[in-house]
Parts: sequence; structure tokens; C-alpha cells
Amino acid sequence: MEQRLFKTFDDLAQYRKSLNTLNDPNKIYVRICMTGCRAQGATGVRDALAAGIEERGLKDKIEIIDAGCMGFCAKAPVMVIDPADIFYQGVTAEDASDIIKKTLINNKVVNRLCLNGPKKGTKIVHSRDIPFYKDQETIVLRNCGRISPTSLVHYIERDGYSALAKTLSQMPPEVVIEEVKQSGLRGRGGGGFPTGLKWQFARAAKGAPKYIICNADEGDPGAFMDRAVLEGDPHSVIEGMIIGGYAIGSNEGYIYVRAEYPIAVEHLTIAIAQAEEAGLLGENILGSGFDFKLKIKQGAGAFVCGEETALIASIEGKQGRPRPRPPFPAQSGLWGKPTNINNVETWANIPPIVLNSASWFSSLGTEKSKGTKVFALAGKINNTGLVEVPMGISLRKVIFDIGGGIPKDKKFKAAQMGGPSGGCVPAEHLDLPIDYDSLQEVGAIMGSGGMVIVDENNCMVELARFFLEFTQDESCGKCVPCRIGTKRMLEILTRITLGEGRDEDIDTLIKLGQMIKDSSLCGLGQTAPNPVLSTIRYFRDEYETHIKEKRCAAGSCKELTIYVINPETCTGCMVCAKRCPNAAITGEKKRLHTIDPTKCIKCGLCFESCKFKAVEIKGRL
Amino acid sequence: MEREKTDKLQAVIDKYKGVKGALIPVLQEVQDLFNYLPDEALRAVGKGLKVPLSRIYGVVTFYTQFHLVPQGKNSIHVCTGTACHVKGAKKMLERIESLLGIKDGDTTEDFKFTLKSVRCVGTCFLAPVMMINEDYFGELTEKKTEEAIKQYN
Repeated sequence: MEQRLFKTFDDLAQYRKSLNTLNDPNKIYVRICMTGCRAQGATGVRDALAAGIEERGLKDKIEIIDAGCMGFCAKAPVMVIDPADIFYQGVTAEDASDIIKKTLINNKVVNRLCLNGPKKGTKIVHSRDIPFYKDQETIVLRNCGRISPTSLVHYIERDGYSALAKTLSQMPPEVVIEEVKQSGLRGRGGGGFPTGLKWQFARAAKGAPKYIICNADEGDPGAFMDRAVLEGDPHSVIEGMIIGGYAIGSNEGYIYVRAEYPIAVEHLTIAIAQAEEAGLLGENILGSGFDFKLKIKQGAGAFVCGEETALIASIEGKQGRPRPRPPFPAQSGLWGKPTNINNVETWANIPPIVLNSASWFSSLGTEKSKGTKVFALAGKINNTGLVEVPMGISLRKVIFDIGGGIPKDKKFKAAQMGGPSGGCVPAEHLDLPIDYDSLQEVGAIMGSGGMVIVDENNCMVELARFFLEFTQDESCGKCVPCRIGTKRMLEILTRITLGEGRDEDIDTLIKLGQMIKDSSLCGLGQTAPNPVLSTIRYFRDEYETHIKEKRCAAGSCKELTIYVINPETCTGCMVCAKRCPNAAITGEKKRLHTIDPTKCIKCGLCFESCKFKAVEIKGRL
Repeated sequence: MEREKTDKLQAVIDKYKGVKGALIPVLQEVQDLFNYLPDEALRAVGKGLKVPLSRIYGVVTFYTQFHLVPQGKNSIHVCTGTACHVKGAKKMLERIESLLGIKDGDTTEDFKFTLKSVRCVGTCFLAPVMMINEDYFGELTEKKTEEAIKQYN
């Protein structure tokens, strides 16, 4: 269907009514994730399917949709066949002919491509029956994986730009702001500041022109929520931004996106051009008299640019260094003008709020945290991927029901939330309802949504050291507490993991950490000590064994780890000897095995492979 | 500098003359042209955009994306984000270092590879992961890592 120029609200509404590109009853739709799954060969699968469909002359009946992320990244590449709702995972190009012959032509399921069921030998055929999706509630990800991100037509058919039309035709700017305030939406970049209030400040600020910015500099290592939204549903972010521009009185916006996300940049570029061509961006949008233009700025690799004043400096072509606030960007932002910055996920929430009302949105979630939150599940978890859940859901549900628990039946140790600015949530708080305030109480933060799971084989001191190394490296160097303070903390942590920890180290870390939090200029420094402070809070014993016993119980700090075989429990099964890559283990069948410490490279394979727990970790002392 | 490249460089500079906040996009395009930022190119940018060289140098050294020395034909980016870290990214990095005989951040003598550890490429479900140019290689083991690099050799 041709795209066209919409000159009036009615034009757009009529066009939407005429569309039937996603639910034609005479058609079969094959939705393939062509964003994240590309990394696992989705392109080859799509091409093979397309060629097979063409060859058999089925093009009129079967349509392939190059969709965005469906969340279940652990099973990539994934696809869903509609209307039957058949979910295939781990698909390869070789599977294409079977899918066409069996499923698309003969309506039969290819069993081997279905997800394994909870009971051995069973399969789950339909995506609606998959536990991973059951407790999810999609607002932000409403279109991700359902439409082609490069199709404006798809977006419009799924009610796209109707929130914009409603805003421009029926709602004065103050009413839009009031609606967003009433919804209770809080900033999804991690800060949790009420979005409507932020808009109100920017609207009230004196000065012109005003600017709107989308912060798409997703820098938290271990987070990929924004990437998925930008790649899978770029128009929802654009629509949110135009509504925001109208509300605060701005006619120009920027999307500041990481250069490390090439597909996101590509899809945004296409979407902006489409919106311009259709009269949804540019002058006199839908005949309303409101003008808005949007530009993309690519980041150049600096974590600190996620901080709003640093991000603004970067757009201005300078080094991305933060500056003291106030004045806040609402008063003096880009080029000294009033500026409103929100994160990708926040913007994507706007159209549904406007369309479905504030009370609909605020009916989801907890008292002070409304709506949903998207999390990127990663690390030691079976179902790595992207999930969107209502605020207030328990961590246990997210990790064990949706996330499928910990691989290899290892023990859950902690969920690291909020990346280098956040903290860890240990097993004792697994039943905590997730919201901004509850997480803060236990020393973690909501953050932007990165949730990295660690198990018994991960050392919490080493994890804290890793984050400090990160923030130390990314510190812009402008203020002393962050530049020098994090360096000192990193030195201490490194020393501890090398077995040179001193008795006073823990206290020094706490004191120093508190000082850096209190006195740093920007959010990077103010939160940098969090991973250290929170791991000390919950895993102080691990710090103490490192310092006092020179032992790393997780076997992660190599300098502190010596593997030995317990003669009482060793059965002489030879598994460890076979797995050892350096032939450091000797012993005959059914006789005690021994590890030669001079040959051992401390890879931990013997420890992991022993079924009898006969391989033990001893400290250096 | 080759004539063709000088012309292209000038075209980039001309395109952004008078545009606010142009320095970073200009540098990004210039780097695409040369695969690094040669001294003469930076001088030309400074002249064209009327920005002091000292400020350009400040920006170039601030952002990790920019390089002042020539890069290898293939770039290997080993992700060292949190998810990759807890799944053994360091081991993979060390393996590649010994395989290519260079350290993190360096380029091989034949300019075939530049090795760089990077912060999260956003594909945590593939952890540990590396990118060679635009291609992803996920769930790396030592063997998979070796095989991947061989493809580009």
C-alpha cells in the first residue's frame, strides 16, 4: 500500500480505517525478528524462507514481516507464524523448506523447532502458552516484534500517530502535561523524576527556541532495552517526542543515539524520513499549524554522555563533560535554551498514555511507580532477553518464572540492577516488589532496566571491582572526588582480589564511597560507589574471606584460588582429568586424582564438571 | 594525501560549514574516509570550521570512537560489558591477544586486525560476544573465537 501525505486529522483516520496489512484473514504472516536475532543468523533464515515462498508461487498468500525484538533472545533466531500463533526458535536457513512445506502449506507443526515444555519430551507450540510471555504486560514493547519497524503503514494500522492526532486536535498543551502528570509516569532512564513535572518546568521556562531531546545513549553495560525499542518500533519514540514538543512549546528535537547501535540509527533515519514525507513531522503537522523537526545525533563513545548536561555538551560538539546544576536544562540547556530531556522508554510510553488516558496507565503498578518497566535479563539466567512487566512484580517472578531460573541448577546469588550506578539485590530480597522506592530501600536502583544475574560462581568483590574499573575509566575527570576517589577505590578493590587486602580496607571503602557520593559533580560519580557499598552490605563475608583468609569462595579471583581434590569424596571417575585443558590432573580409574598446582591454569573446569563436589577451592594461605 | 581523498575531505567540511555543533559529525565522517584521523585532516577541519586545533584534539581524545593512528583492516571488538564479564569475556580477550600477538587496543603489524575491548555492544543474550567488523560472534568458547578470527585472516 502506497504511503501518502496526510493533510488533516481526518485523512489519517480514514487511511487507518482502510488498512488491513497485518490481519488479512486470507493471509499467513511470518514474523521474524530481524533486529537482535540478526546476530544469530536471522537474515539467512528470512532469505531462505522468502526464496522458498517465491519459488512455490505463494507470495500472495504468505507475507514475511521483518519484525523487531520479540524479547526471547535466548532462543534466537525466533519467529511467529500468524494467525496460528506458532512459535519457532533456534531456526536456521536449513529449516526453511520444512517450515514452508509442513507449516505454511499443510498447517502442521514442525516439532523440533518448538520450545521444549516443562516436562521432558513435551513441546510448546503457541507463543501464548510460553511461560516467558505469561506475566508480561506490554505498553512500551506493544509493537516490538509485531510490526515491521521500517513500515509506517504497520505503525499506523496499530493505532500509530492517533495519539498525536488526538493531542493536536483536542488537547491544549497544559492538558497534555496534566494528563502525563496524572498518569504518574516517572523517568525510565533511571532517575525516576516525574515526567509531567519535568515538562511543566520546561513549558514555564522563559526563552526561545526550546528543545526536546531523546536520550538514547544507552551506556549501562548489560542493558539493551532502548536498543530494542529504537530498532523495533522507532515511530513510537518519534510520536512521543512530537507530543512532548507540542506540550512544552518546542519545534525542534534531537535524538542522541549511541553509534554502537547501527540498526537503531538506520531504523530511526528511515522512520524520520517517512514521517516527514507523510506530513507527521515538519511544518503544519496534520493541518494543525504545529511545526516540529527532528534530527539524529550520533554519540562517539563516552558513557558519561548519558548524563543530561554532558549529553547536551556533546550535541554542541564539545567534550561530553557535565556541568553543575542548577541551572537545570529546563532553564538553560542546549545552546543555553530551555530543553527537555527524556529517555527512549519514557518517550515510548507517551502515545499510549495520551490515547488510553492517565487513569488507565496509573491503574498499573504500585502507589508511587506506575505503569510497566522493561528489563534486560542477562548473565546467569536461562531466558536472557527483554521483558516488560508491571511495576510491583516480585523479582522472584521475573527471575524464576519469566527468566526460567539459573542455568545448570546453580544457586542464585544476586541480581545486579542499574549497572555501574546500581546495586545488587541478594536472595533474601527476592520477594521484593520492584518499584523505584523499594529498590532504593535495599540499596539498589531501578536504573534504566539492566538486570544482570550472578550465581554462586561469581565473586561479588570481583564484580564490584569490575564496575569500579568501568566508572573509573569513564570518569570524565572534571571533578576531583570522581576522578581520584574512584581511582583509589579501584586500587583497593584490585588489591583485595589479588590477595593483598588489608584489615582496614572495608572501612576505607565505605568511608571513601560515601564521600564520593556526597561530593561528586554528576550522577556518574554520585552513584559510582553504589556497587561497592551494596556488595559490602550484603556480601561482607566475601570481602572478609578475601582479606583474612586470602580465599575467593567463588573461585573467580585466580590469585586466591587453589583447586584441590578431596580424597574422601573423589570416586576416580576421570571426568575432571578429561576436561582439564592443561593435563594438570592425574590419576587412574577408580583411584584418587590429584591436581598439579604448577600445571593448573585455574580455569575452573574441573570444579564445574565434578558431580561429586570432590574438587574444592582452597585459599592461598 | 591522495587527491581524491582531499576532495572528499573538503566536501565534508563544506557540507557542515556554519552548522551549529558540527564538529563531532564532521570528525565521524572524516574518520570513515581515512579509517583514522590524520594530522593534516584535523588541521583542515580546524581551518574549515574555524575551530582551534587544541579543541579538536580535546574532543578527539575524549571520545573512544576516534583514533589518531591507522587502524587494522578488520576491527575485533570484544564486549566486556557486565553480562559478558560474568560469562568469561576476559578469558576470550586473553585468548585473542595471544592468538594475534598483540595487546588490547593494538593493531597487528600487517594491519589486518585491530583488537579492542568495548563496553557492551547490547547483545547480552549472546554473552560472551565479540564483533568482527559488523558481524557478531556469540556464546564464545576458545575454539569458536579462533575459528571466527580465521575467517578473516
